[in-house]
Amino acid sequence: MTRLVAVVAAVFTVTLASAAQSPPKPVGLGTPATPELIAPLDIDVRPDGAGLPAGSGTAHEGGSVYAQKCAACHGANGEGGTADALVGAEPKTVAPFGPDYERWRGDRPDVPFTIGNYWPYATTIFDYVRRAMPANAPGSLTTDEAYAIVAWLLAKNEIIAESDPMSRETLPRVRMPARSRFVPDNRKGGVEVK
Amino acid sequence: MTRRTLLTTLSAAALTVTPDLARGQDASPLDTTRRWGRLPNELGARSAAERPKRTPSPTSSRTPLQDLHGTITPSDLHYERHHAGVPVVDPRAYRLVVHGMVDRPLMFTLDDLKRFPAATRSCFLECSGNFGGQREDVSPQELCGLTSQSEWTGVMLSTLFNDVRAQPRATWFLAEGQDAAVMTRSIPLKDAIGEAMLAYAQNGEALRPEQGYPVRLLLPGWEGNANVKWLRRIELGDQPFMTREETSKYTDPLADGTVRQFSLVMDARSVITSPSYPQTIEKGFVEVRGIAWSGRGMIRRVDVSADGGRTWKPATLQQPVLPKAHTSFRYSWEWDGRPTEILSRAVDETGYRQPDMSALRQVRGRRTRYHLNPVTGWTVAADGRVRFALQRVRA
Repeated sequence: MTRLVAVVAAVFTVTLASAAQSPPKPVGLGTPATPELIAPLDIDVRPDGAGLPAGSGTAHEGGSVYAQKCAACHGANGEGGTADALVGAEPKTVAPFGPDYERWRGDRPDVPFTIGNYWPYATTIFDYVRRAMPANAPGSLTTDEAYAIVAWLLAKNEIIAESDPMSRETLPRVRMPARSRFVPDNRKGGVEVK
Repeated sequence: MTRRTLLTTLSAAALTVTPDLARGQDASPLDTTRRWGRLPNELGARSAAERPKRTPSPTSSRTPLQDLHGTITPSDLHYERHHAGVPVVDPRAYRLVVHGMVDRPLMFTLDDLKRFPAATRSCFLECSGNFGGQREDVSPQELCGLTSQSEWTGVMLSTLFNDVRAQPRATWFLAEGQDAAVMTRSIPLKDAIGEAMLAYAQNGEALRPEQGYPVRLLLPGWEGNANVKWLRRIELGDQPFMTREETSKYTDPLADGTVRQFSLVMDARSVITSPSYPQTIEKGFVEVRGIAWSGRGMIRRVDVSADGGRTWKPATLQQPVLPKAHTSFRYSWEWDGRPTEILSRAVDETGYRQPDMSALRQVRGRRTRYHLNPVTGWTVAADGRVRFALQRVRA
């Protein structure tokens, strides 16, 4: 009897497994999305550089674009204003939070979280600036302007040199100071507070 | 009497009565049995005496939790948080493109999405930056009005991913909105696929514009920002895209110097919505009321303390308790007139207990901004005035 139950259970399991392997029949709605249709929408840029367009810009070129299109909200030197602070290389040896930071800070006021001390990927700057900035004319920057602004921001944050051109070859190779601080979510519910 | 003259008569009557009502000076209250009321009309509206309002800032507006009963948020009071305003999307021009690591990249119209097998689900939606307890004079709305609940209807993401034939190597997908921020988030596919929905309806009708009309991503229990609105594109990939909203924002600096990323699930939380600031209560019976919720499942218990945390008693939970949903709790209390502090503390089905702010600060440090879900409550002074218990969160 026990063996019979085992055999039936085994057959049932195999049946279930094979059912799980064949996905349900498609409903069959929608129309094929052609590469021509996808391309203009597909503007995202990944840390490995996938999605970066041809073009380039330097911090020198970026300075004038920044002054004209970004400074009104982010401050003349990226120190922040009505919008976020973007520039701030300090603290260089510790995170801008936590016990080491409190020791480093002493009695001084807090530093803001910036590209230099918090952002983990340089590609994110390009992706965001191109898709959403400037706030009064989102999506209006040329590719070269976006690269130049990214170069200016990285140079101001003391991550690249003023003369380093940013392009789809160079940008993914920029190592951000905060990169190694980022860890996945370890909360899982249960009694421990994390 | 024709219909038109009847209507004219009625509206004229209303006009003469309204100023008295507004001033509250009519010695003999309006006798509703002596005059016809309004006839049926096309669109309902609240009683003129009820004026619940969201409190807008340049980036968000908050739900008036203290004015609500039950757990469903009226759609026009659902909190808003957006990054470049509310776009006006023409439903006839709307298209959703799904591409990347799929065998069949497809484009869907709104009608296509509505033709798919549908599903309905009630769940809360909460912004992970939902903590406003910085002063004593904050209401529940200001304290945590960035949580709301709706009954959502749409097509399950798994249904759509089956049609595009998502490839086994795909582990993440990018969700992209068509607002002026072209807001994007990377979503871990395996964790999301079981419950994720593309919602086109909210509380029985089309989504509100500020909730992503015509289509939004719905991830029950996950931080609001990931529930991308005005959804125009989904790209499947084998790694996160590391957008601005999951790197420089919506990440949690911790006390140990690391930054927690993709902290998507909302931990359990509760709030007493009454009594609360700016109420004044009287001695005797007080029903302590509130809501509790957890992004990890069902609320198992809510404990209430009426003595500043020295003793805790279980509140009654309104049934049915739904997973990842606002749950009403109530606790019968006799106030003896002495100054005290009332608190609530939620426990969810994983055994997670809503922590004190001191415990949160210990592990997360001082500069963390998101996912703050501390035990909160209200002080009651001898004169019955209720204020936010600020010291409780000053850890």
